[in-house]
Amino acid sequence: MPPLARRNLFHDRIRLAVTLTGIAFSVVLMVVQWGLFEGFSSSTTGIIDHSHADLWIAAKNTTYLEQAIPFNERKYYQVLATPGVGHAIKYIVRWSYWKEPNGHTETIAVVGCDPDSFMGGPYNLVAGDAQQLKQPNAIIIDRMYANKLDAHAIGDMVEVNGFRAKVVGFTDGIRAFTTSPYVFTTFKRALDFTVIDDDQTNFILVKAAPGVDIGQLKAELQRRLPDNVVFKTAEFSASTRHYWMFTTGAGIAVLMAAALGLIVGIAVVAQTIYATTMDHIREYGTLKAMGAPNRYVLGVIMQQAAIAAVLGYAIGMAVSVFVVHGASKGGANILLSWQTAIGLFFLTLGMCASAAVVSVKKILSLDPATVFKS
Amino acid sequence: MNAALPEVFHLADAITIRGITKNYDEGATSTLALDGVDLSVRRGEVTLLMGPSGSGKTTLLSIMGCILRPTCGQVLLGGRDVTALREADLPAVRLRHIGFVFQGFNLFPTLTASENVELTLGLKGVKGHQAKDEARRLFTLVGIAEKYDAFPADISGGQKQRVAIARAVAGSPEVILADEPTAALDSHTGKTIVEMMAALAHDEDRAVVIVTHDNRLIEYADRIVRLEDGRIACDA
Repeated sequence: MPPLARRNLFHDRIRLAVTLTGIAFSVVLMVVQWGLFEGFSSSTTGIIDHSHADLWIAAKNTTYLEQAIPFNERKYYQVLATPGVGHAIKYIVRWSYWKEPNGHTETIAVVGCDPDSFMGGPYNLVAGDAQQLKQPNAIIIDRMYANKLDAHAIGDMVEVNGFRAKVVGFTDGIRAFTTSPYVFTTFKRALDFTVIDDDQTNFILVKAAPGVDIGQLKAELQRRLPDNVVFKTAEFSASTRHYWMFTTGAGIAVLMAAALGLIVGIAVVAQTIYATTMDHIREYGTLKAMGAPNRYVLGVIMQQAAIAAVLGYAIGMAVSVFVVHGASKGGANILLSWQTAIGLFFLTLGMCASAAVVSVKKILSLDPATVFKS
Repeated sequence: MNAALPEVFHLADAITIRGITKNYDEGATSTLALDGVDLSVRRGEVTLLMGPSGSGKTTLLSIMGCILRPTCGQVLLGGRDVTALREADLPAVRLRHIGFVFQGFNLFPTLTASENVELTLGLKGVKGHQAKDEARRLFTLVGIAEKYDAFPADISGGQKQRVAIARAVAGSPEVILADEPTAALDSHTGKTIVEMMAALAHDEDRAVVIVTHDNRLIEYADRIVRLEDGRIACDA
């Protein structure tokens, strides 16, 4: 049988270009809007998600990372004494001030960790390593913020909360949700940088011993520490994300933009495929009049929509990769995960099929007399 | 294929319609397009359906072609009542027994001339080399073998109508229904096309029904049915 669907699509190159441009534009729009939402969302919890901890312990009523207030380090020893705890560290995430050599001041979020622990340290290191934090006054920053903090190379000296600090390493891609970059240092030094008393901490990170049920350990720790709140890492991540996404205007704005991107994308694809199908309505009417079964007509229309969807998606995704790459160089955080890519593929396919179905309904209800008109 | 009709029927009366009435309802308004029409269309004959605009010619052709259902009355195709068939069975009846020729040719512009014919053959189960060979034979029959690979946009109106005729006779349907097949053609080309359709009726024993306003076609007709206000005013 002649490939009617393929011919309908490829015969008119200009029409094909318009169709594919419409679908590709929608894909790029959806990738950018959804990617901004995902990037925004993930940047609120990057520190938590990369902590390698099983449990986070914070002061009671803490609901998100930046909210934690200091509590006495005695709790740390209670944690260590709890059966099932394999490893635990004291941990700080807290605002402070950064003073550049030229006197300019920036707000930063100091992360105080244990360089010898596998939990809570700097990740994605591209220069130096966590052990370098053991040097006097050592800090590690993300190279994305090198210009903002005016610290461009290992060995650069700055001032944090009145204390001298030396850059000993750079990470890559540890974005801060707020405008304040993360600055990694040791727990002890972080106490000075954030003005917390020596006998306090604002988090305890826990790794369960092998074979220990994390849920049961969490319950036991919560029982022993009634003045604290114990989260599983995923719970704390979700709680922090929820706070920033849904209780601040910024999160809702990004969410609405993502939703709008999806809606506009769906509308453009639907309109494009509908127009492409309706371009050939006379031929479909003729097919029906000749006696082609509905399943054949439906097959041609669906095949046409599917080919357009796959090609439009491929072009759109190729453009999106460039856009995402370019945006990240420009400082925007647009995430394009493989899950998003696969999800958008099926969404595009579904949108094209749905738009085709709408036109099919029109075709199947065609007035037969139309085929007898010139 | 539909079980209600034989693969090929041999009755002289290809189509018989009995007491056909067709109303078009639109809201509270109802328009009577056909009013109790009785007609038998015979094989081996060219029947012209003539009459003024709005007299019901195209409606009658659509009903004979099983495209449109009558409001009441019976349509017998090869002696079997097709009005009793389910809607879903009618496409198979059209595909097997009826070929259509349209005023505007209605070729698929994205397919070559031969592919237009091969598509019809493919729908009828003739595929691959068999379909190509049969399309080539039909193109020779209608006298445009050299346009086999041309796209409709690259051939003349007369050649398009020849392709449409080749498509209509592909798979050997017993009935050819044509709606104003010469309206878009010059008189010389129109004459050639009607001669070709007459040959299909006389030489190949098909029933050919042509809706037309063109009085020049009368000389090729074996029978002329004139419709007025949804009724047969003259059958000669």
